[in-house]
Amino acid sequence: MEHLEMAEDIVSDTFLLASETWGLKGLPKNPTAWLYTVSKNKALDFLKHNKIFTEKISFEIKQTQSIVNETEIDLSNKNINDSQLQMMFAICHPCIPTESQIGLSLNILCGFGVEEIADAFLSNKETIYKRLTRAKEKLREEKIKIELPGQSEINKRLETVLTTLYLLFSEGYYSTSQNTTLRKDLCVEAMRLNLMLVENEQTNTPFANALLSLMCFHSSRFEARTNQNGEIILYEDQDELLWNKELIEKGEHYLNAASFGNKLSNYHLEAAIAYWHTNKADTKDKWENILQLYNKLLQLEYSPIVALNRTYALSKANGKQEAITEAEKLNLSGNHLYHSLLGSLYKDINNTKAIHHLQIALTLAKTIPDKNILLKKIQHLEQIKNN
Amino acid sequence: MKEFLLVFRRDAVTREAAPSPEQMQAMMKPWQDWMGSLAAQNKLVNSGNRLSSEGKVVKPGKVVTDGPYVETKEAIGGYIIIRAESMEEAAELSKDCPILQIGGNVEVRALVPMD
Repeated sequence: MEHLEMAEDIVSDTFLLASETWGLKGLPKNPTAWLYTVSKNKALDFLKHNKIFTEKISFEIKQTQSIVNETEIDLSNKNINDSQLQMMFAICHPCIPTESQIGLSLNILCGFGVEEIADAFLSNKETIYKRLTRAKEKLREEKIKIELPGQSEINKRLETVLTTLYLLFSEGYYSTSQNTTLRKDLCVEAMRLNLMLVENEQTNTPFANALLSLMCFHSSRFEARTNQNGEIILYEDQDELLWNKELIEKGEHYLNAASFGNKLSNYHLEAAIAYWHTNKADTKDKWENILQLYNKLLQLEYSPIVALNRTYALSKANGKQEAITEAEKLNLSGNHLYHSLLGSLYKDINNTKAIHHLQIALTLAKTIPDKNILLKKIQHLEQIKNN
Repeated sequence: MKEFLLVFRRDAVTREAAPSPEQMQAMMKPWQDWMGSLAAQNKLVNSGNRLSSEGKVVKPGKVVTDGPYVETKEAIGGYIIIRAESMEEAAELSKDCPILQIGGNVEVRALVPMD
């Protein structure tokens, strides 16, 4: 960890050199090997010029240099994956805050620049730069090693890693950033890192599979959930032909792989909910199952969004009237989604009340896409009222 | 917010009062919906446990008797812990408990925090 900046500089230098030389001379036979060899040599140069290094152990290096230079770099996919996994565990260390873990993962594991990260977080470059620098300093101070934790510790540490990947994915999936390509990249990167966990024997746990399954189900709807203008299309209005069948099948595969052991995680429950959503048709069975999964999810951990989603499922399974009574107990009147939910629950029961709640939601909503959806709903209800 | 223990009791002695497996199955949904409702209000602290009808009671003199402790004819069937502003609110929340539909009752007790 102490040479992290140096390593980053070397990588930028190497890519700069590559863009210059490859442009002139054409692609080398094995570009990956070329990049590794050049960066290895640059790293050795750096170490040679490093003052402490020269004073303390330069003698020894002279003795062994010939050996160092001859060391073959292991370029197998396995070795590259293993190194990335070790780095993932080092970055997702509980000693730094979660938002820094996500930032560092994007920066170091996914190669995102500070500007892109700032864009994804709807923040500015300075804030992100400071956050990353502080996090790197902390990892150095704590002398965090780039290695997989021991068997006894790995499950606990894996929890932090999974949380970071979950948030990374959510950042891409739910972010209000207008940059659709970037948001999709975040989701793809979260899935790539999660896949590495599943492909490694030590980290291939039911929880890791459940999270990957959840990501597959959600991303299967990526193309269907926005229109050409980048506006959100709600689930019930989506064209299911645009849902990615291959990802749905992958989701089912990892959900099956997750059904071992005796512990149920929120990832399992959320993946199962997402699974039921891959059947568009409204059946009694579907919504009853979704409701029971939400009941369990809330018992594991409370969250306002899950409470609202559970109430929506309740309206589908047990009827709108019961859902309205339940919604009013939730005590979430400051949340635009709460009023938006009551708006849809009151629709066709009491349209005046429905419009009233949608208008409150409109004043509370923060993003343009959210406001547009609400405006459309209000217009629609007013048309029904006037006819 | 304070925490309250809800203890569910029902008739465990009268044979006719015992629910059939089908009835037990049918009871699952209202229970899960009620617990989900409490959890959605962020008022469920601990989902507690259901208790098996088997049990033993150890009395002074190390006398062990079979069967759960039964005063009148009601035995404890399970418990959960909830969060509420007051005893009144905790009792109010208990009014939707499905055990009331089969003649059982809910005892509401405030937890005394450990110092």
